[in-house]
Amino acid sequence: MHTAAQRQDKGWWFGVPGIGWLGMFLVLPLLAIFAVSFLTRGEYGGYGLPVTIENYRRLAGWGELGFDPLYPVILGRSLALGFGTAVLCFLLAVPLTFFVAGLNERRRLVALTLVMVPFWTNLLVRTYAWQLLLGPGSGLSEAASTVGFIDAGEGLYPSWFAVAVGMVADFLPFFALPLYASVEKLDWTLAEAAADLGANRWQVFRHAVWPQIRPGAVAGFILVFLPATGQFVIPDLLGGAKTALLGNAIQQQFGQSRDWPFGSAMACVGLVIMGVGLFLQRWLNRPKEVAP
Amino acid sequence: MRRSSWFNSAVAWAVYALLYAPIAIVVVFSFNAARAGMEWQGATLDWYRRLFVNEQVQSALKVSLIVAVTSTAMAAVLGTTLALALEKHMRRGREWVNGLLAVPVFVPDIVLAVALLLFFGLMRDWFKVFELGLTTIIAGHVTFQIPFVAMVVRARLAGMDPALDEAARDLGATSWQVFRHVTLPLLMPGIVAGAMLAFTLSLDDFVVSFFSGGPGSTTLPVYIYSSVKRGVTPEIHALSTLLMAVSVIATVVAMMLQRRDVR
Repeated sequence: MHTAAQRQDKGWWFGVPGIGWLGMFLVLPLLAIFAVSFLTRGEYGGYGLPVTIENYRRLAGWGELGFDPLYPVILGRSLALGFGTAVLCFLLAVPLTFFVAGLNERRRLVALTLVMVPFWTNLLVRTYAWQLLLGPGSGLSEAASTVGFIDAGEGLYPSWFAVAVGMVADFLPFFALPLYASVEKLDWTLAEAAADLGANRWQVFRHAVWPQIRPGAVAGFILVFLPATGQFVIPDLLGGAKTALLGNAIQQQFGQSRDWPFGSAMACVGLVIMGVGLFLQRWLNRPKEVAP
Repeated sequence: MRRSSWFNSAVAWAVYALLYAPIAIVVVFSFNAARAGMEWQGATLDWYRRLFVNEQVQSALKVSLIVAVTSTAMAAVLGTTLALALEKHMRRGREWVNGLLAVPVFVPDIVLAVALLLFFGLMRDWFKVFELGLTTIIAGHVTFQIPFVAMVVRARLAGMDPALDEAARDLGATSWQVFRHVTLPLLMPGIVAGAMLAFTLSLDDFVVSFFSGGPGSTTLPVYIYSSVKRGVTPEIHALSTLLMAVSVIATVVAMMLQRRDVR
């Protein structure tokens, strides 16, 4: 009989190549952007001394001519987009997962697979497809102008609306899958008991259903919010030139603007957002001692 | 509140429409004879035929396949060994490795991409290695593939009966024999499933390939992106359709393998 402690040891070196790889191509590069974010842009791009916190000051709104809200606005807008995407995904994922959980076993598998399949197809392709579906002259744009949502001859793309549609369509599976894991296990007798005791629909949801699906909703929210905040392809292809966001701004600093230290500082802000998000998830989904 | 209601069904169907409308329009227009516009002018396979004589597409396809096959093979080995170490051998430091594995999953693509770009630049300046090109794209892909392979393989390991290992050991098998003749064969469906997912991740990646690539290492998604920026053509629909078909097939196979029971 081998106990865990005995099986331990010798085999640990199995992990060395994988950990070594991630150390080299994940940890070192992230440390590198952290370091460079405190350096100064060279005259022709590149970076060098002196060490400075100027990049972070610029991000926080200290411009050369006093307060410049450009970057705080970009950051706030990205967070709002991530948050909004997560909320919309939640609103759609709850009915969707309840629908799927109510199907018989065979159909449930098909319905779930159908949610997952688009997630594995190319994001770029699905995004440019929305250019066609929402562009001027498309059926949806004409319908929207008929009801007065946009002017005749205009398109729904490029716009914030198009970005929102593209984001929700892309991120919904990330929300639906973890949420479904909770919904599938839902104990409906609690909901029925609450209803029998005279709770209205909202009270049943709030007190009998929500506490049960909360862990899945939190996991889904973080899984959508984090990548949505830094999304670069969807706003780039669907938003037109007007929609500067964190992802595009980072790309611009490493591309045309050639200000790597400033771009690195933005990327570090992205990392901090990720860290806070992961921490929040762990904290919100921590094992509880007493049920509320 | 009931399990099923007309409201839930209506939203569910709307969601499926939202998920499949973009895919459907690309597939449909890849067979449309019209050069431009949204009108249907009869079915054709012309756009697919043209793909096979388009040199840029051929070269992008070659780059994508080299990258996907190489990175997947590397990630399969690195992810599997890491999963084995985590599930069977490591006791201390597991939390740290779990955290490390979460980073590539949660970090925004663009942050990983520019971090790698900067890192490769430093390596180039200091050690004259990692000129941007195939090698750097492969290195980047392996990095985000490892956690997915490790995740799938770990799930399989967790479902395996430790008694099998012990039975082999009691019958006198050495550690290597146990690994080679018991653990590895049982693990194989998991490894293949993880590799399939890693393959589609590599094939579909745009952001890391875009930043870590150099001239002459344009992958299919990067080619599609630059074409979309110039204006979409039906050929791009045809290429996109093929790309989606490969991803879907690979994923379905992976999911079927994962569902197979550990006997």
